[in-house]
Amino acid sequence: MAHQAEVSMKVNGAESKSVIEPRMLLVHYLREELNLTGTHIGCDTSQCGACTVLLDGDPVKSCTVLAVQANGKSITTVEGLASKEGLHPIQMSFWEKHGLQCGFCTPGVMIAAIGLLNENPDPSEEEIRLALEGVICRCTGYQFIVDAVKHAAQTLREAGETKVAMADSMKA
Amino acid sequence: MASLIGSAVRRKEDPRLLTGNGCFTDDIKLTGMVHAAFLRSPHAHARIIRVDTEKARSLPGVTAVFTGLDLAGKMKAVPAMWFLPGCDLKPKDRPALATDKVRYAGEAVAVVIAENRYVARDALDLIEVDYEVLPAVVSQELAMQDDAALLHDDVPNNLALLWKAGEIPDEVFADAEVVVKQRLYNQRVIPSPMETRGAVAQYNPGSGEMTLWCTSQNPHIHRLIYADVLGIPETKLRIIAPDVGGGFGAKIATYTEEAVVACIAREIQKPVKWVEERKEHFMATSHGRDEVLEVELAGTKDGRITALRVTNTANLGAYLSTFGAGCPTIDFGLMVTGAYAIPQAAVVTYGVYTNTTPTDAYRGAGKPEATYQIERAIDLFADKIGMDPVEVRRINLVPNDAFPYNSAMGVTYDSGDYQKALDKALEIFDYEAFREEQKEQRQKGKYLGVGFSTYVELCGFGPSAVAGAIGFQGGVWENSTVRVHPGGTVTVFTGTSPHGQGTATTFCQIVAEKLGVPLSDVELVSGDTQSVSMGWGTYGSRATAVGGAAVSLATDRVIEKARKIAAHELETTVDQIEFIAGQFTVKGDLSRSRTIQQIARSANYAWNLPEGVEPALEGQSFFDPSNFVYPFGTHICVVEVDEGTGEVEIKRYIAVDDVGRVINPLLAEGQVHGGIAQGVGQALWEGAVYTEQGQLQSGTFMDYTMPKARFFPPIESAFTETLSPVNPLGAKGIGETGTTAAPPAVVNAVMDALKPFGVAALDMPLTPEKVWRAIRSGRDKE
Repeated sequence: MAHQAEVSMKVNGAESKSVIEPRMLLVHYLREELNLTGTHIGCDTSQCGACTVLLDGDPVKSCTVLAVQANGKSITTVEGLASKEGLHPIQMSFWEKHGLQCGFCTPGVMIAAIGLLNENPDPSEEEIRLALEGVICRCTGYQFIVDAVKHAAQTLREAGETKVAMADSMKA
Repeated sequence: MASLIGSAVRRKEDPRLLTGNGCFTDDIKLTGMVHAAFLRSPHAHARIIRVDTEKARSLPGVTAVFTGLDLAGKMKAVPAMWFLPGCDLKPKDRPALATDKVRYAGEAVAVVIAENRYVARDALDLIEVDYEVLPAVVSQELAMQDDAALLHDDVPNNLALLWKAGEIPDEVFADAEVVVKQRLYNQRVIPSPMETRGAVAQYNPGSGEMTLWCTSQNPHIHRLIYADVLGIPETKLRIIAPDVGGGFGAKIATYTEEAVVACIAREIQKPVKWVEERKEHFMATSHGRDEVLEVELAGTKDGRITALRVTNTANLGAYLSTFGAGCPTIDFGLMVTGAYAIPQAAVVTYGVYTNTTPTDAYRGAGKPEATYQIERAIDLFADKIGMDPVEVRRINLVPNDAFPYNSAMGVTYDSGDYQKALDKALEIFDYEAFREEQKEQRQKGKYLGVGFSTYVELCGFGPSAVAGAIGFQGGVWENSTVRVHPGGTVTVFTGTSPHGQGTATTFCQIVAEKLGVPLSDVELVSGDTQSVSMGWGTYGSRATAVGGAAVSLATDRVIEKARKIAAHELETTVDQIEFIAGQFTVKGDLSRSRTIQQIARSANYAWNLPEGVEPALEGQSFFDPSNFVYPFGTHICVVEVDEGTGEVEIKRYIAVDDVGRVINPLLAEGQVHGGIAQGVGQALWEGAVYTEQGQLQSGTFMDYTMPKARFFPPIESAFTETLSPVNPLGAKGIGETGTTAAPPAVVNAVMDALKPFGVAALDMPLTPEKVWRAIRSGRDKE
C-alpha cells in the first residue's frame, strides 16, 4: 500500500476526515471520497475551470490542489450553494437568464462568479468577461452567463449582501 | 393565456444541473466497479513489434491488462455507418485495439483495468511496446501522391472515396465574363465539449444483459452498432445516455473505447468505468472539417453568378468514422450553391486517409464548409467586378416566389424569405453609417471591416428513403409516445437524446400547450434505449424539426382519443366537441364540459368507454419527414484589425436567423450565441496543428485556443419566422446556424479591413501572427 495521509476539512459546512493517498487531487477527494459529484473535471491542464470550488472563500481549481493541501481548510462546492429555503441568487440568476446549456461547466462558472462578486459587488460587463478568464464554456457563447452574473450582482446588492453568503457552509 | 409555444420559459432541467444533482457518466458509481485506462500510441504510423504487459499486470491493484490480441474473437472492429454509393468507397473499420499497426498518434494499443484511476495510470507506464516507426502522412493532398506512405495496403493513394455530383463543361468557365478562382482551407478543428467521452459498463452474467452508460448523442445508434460489435442482441444491450455535457458532433460517432469497456466488463464480470482525459479527447475523439476547397465561380459583370465548380479534398483521418464519408460529400456537396439561384453547379470530393485522428461531424458537418466557400467566393466576385458585396448577394439570392426551390445540386429548399432576413440585419446594422465610419477611421490608421454571410443550411435529415439512397445505414425518422397518467400528469417519451439543447423544456412546452395542462405537469423521458422504442440521434439540427414533430403528432393522437371519450361522456358526437385550453366542451353549451385530466382518469379507469375505444390515454407517433428543412439568415460581423499586432477584435456581431417556428426564444437565442462563439472560434483562433510526423501539437487547452468570454462583444440576435411546410411545427432547426454562418462573416470582415494592405486571401484561423505577416507583406509590396 502506498503512503497514506490523513486529511480533515470542512466541506459545505460538514466536517470530513479521511485517510488518502497524498497524491490525491482535491477534485477526486470531493468526487470519489465524499461523493460530491457536482464539481466536474473538464481538462487536465488547469484551463477549463469546471472544477472550481471555494477554498476558504477563494475560488481555486480543485484539479490543481492536492487534497492534503486543503487539510484544515473550508471548502464550498456547488452542493453548498442552495439552502433548504431555495436556490442561491447566483443559481437563480443562471436559471432566469439561461446561463447554462449542458450544465457541465456551470458549477465551476458559478463558483468563479461568486469569487468575482465577493471582490466586486457591482462589476461592469467588461469586468465580468475578464473575471471569467479562468473558465471555459463551449455551449453558451458566454453572453447569458454574463447576463446571469450581472443579474446576480444586482439581486445581491438589492438584498444588501456585501459578501456572497453561502447557504450552509459559511453558517455552519 | 399566452401560448406556451413561443414562450421564453425557464428550463425544466436546470434546478438539477444548478445544484450539482445532475448525473453525468463520470458521476456513476457501481459496487465493485473498476477503472480502465488506455495506452495510446506515441507514433502516428508504426508497426507494433511487441507489447509486454507483464509488469503492468503484476502491479498491486491491477485487475487485468488487455492488448488487441487478448480481445481477438471477443469483439469486432467498429464499423462506420454511412456507406455512400457510387464513390468507390473503401471503408476501414477501427480495430478494438491496434494489433499490427498504429495509424495515428493516440490510437489505443492496450487497456489497463485497476481498482482506481490512479493505479490504472501507474500501470500504463509499465507496459512496454516496441514500435517500428513508419513514415507518416498528415496532409490529404500529400497523401494522394504516388510516393506517399500507405495507411491501408489495399487503398491505393490512400483514396477512400471519390465522389462526383454534377458536371459543367469547361467552356462555361472559359466563356464566362468573369471567373473567380480561389483555394480555401477549412481547417481541422477539435469539437471539445466540456465533458469528454466516458463509459460505464455493467454486465449481468446470469441474464446476459449489458448496460452501458455512455456520452452519446444517439444511444439507439450506439446500441445498433455495438450490438453487432459485441455480439449482444439489441434486446439485451441497454444504452443509457445520462446527462451529457455537450456533444457538437463528437458524441455521434461509435468509437472503440466504449465497446472495449463493455467487452471487458463481460470478460471480468465486474462493472468497468472509463473517463477520457482531456489530452486523450484531443487525440482520440473525432475531429471536424479539414477540407481543402478549390472553388471556381463564373459570373457576369453585372453581378449574376452563372456557374459554380468546387473540388473538396477532405482529410478523413486514419479510419472511416461513423458519418465520415457523408460530411464532405452529401452534407457539403448538396449545399455548395448556398442561398443563391446558381443555374449550374458541380462538386468533386476526394476523401483521403491520413495518419491523423479520424474526422467526422462537427456542429454543421459539411454545411459550414459549403457556406464558407460560397460566401468567400461571393466576396471575391464582388471585389472583381467592383460591386458591393451586399448588392451581389441581393442579385443572386433565391427569390421568394421560387420556393420550394430546386437547386442545381438537386435538393429542394423548403421555404424562405432571404431578402427579409438580409433587410432586417441591415436595419440593425446601419450599413451606410458604417462605411462612412470605416473611411474616417482608415484616415486615422484604424482598420475596420465588415463581413456578410447570407447563409442557408440543410437540416432535419429526412425522409428515410433518401437516407437509404445515399447509403446511410439507418433511418432518420423519430418517434414519441405521450402518456397521460390517471392523475392527469403527462410523460413524454422521445427518441431524441439531448446534451444541452433544453429538449426537456421545449418538447414539454409543445405537449403542455397542445393539451392545455401546466408545464410542471409534463416530464420528458429520453436517452435510454430501454425506455424509448427508437431514436436516430440528436445531430444535424433535427431535434425539434423531427423529434419535436413526432411529439406534436403523438399529442394530437392523445387529443383525438380523449375527444371520443369526452363525446361519449357528454352524450354527443365527436364533431360536436371543441377542445380549447385543456377543456372538451360541447359546441354552444359551455356547461357541458370535461377537462383533459377528467378524461385521463376515465380513460385509465375504463369504467365507461365508448364502443371500440381501448383503455388508457396514450398516443404514439413515428414521424418520417418528407424533406430536409432549410434554416437561413444573414450574419454581419464588424471587426477592427490592429495594424501593429495583427490582432482582430470583434466590434459587433449581428445575427438574423430564420429557423421557422421558435418554440422557446430564450433557448433559441442561447443556441445562436453558442454556435456563433464556435464559428468565430474557427475563424480566428481554433485549429488542430500536426507536425509532419503526425504529432498533434495543439493537444491541450494550453495549445488549442478555446473561445473565452472576453473575446466577444454582446451578440445582437434577432429572428424572422418563415415556417417550414415539412413538419407540423413549422420548425427548421437552430443548432448549427452560428457555426455555419459565422466563419465567412468574420473572415470576410477581416479581408475587408485588410483591403488597404492588398491582402486578398488568408486561411483560417486568422491568428494575430498570420494577419500581422499579411499586413507586413502587403506593405512590403507598396
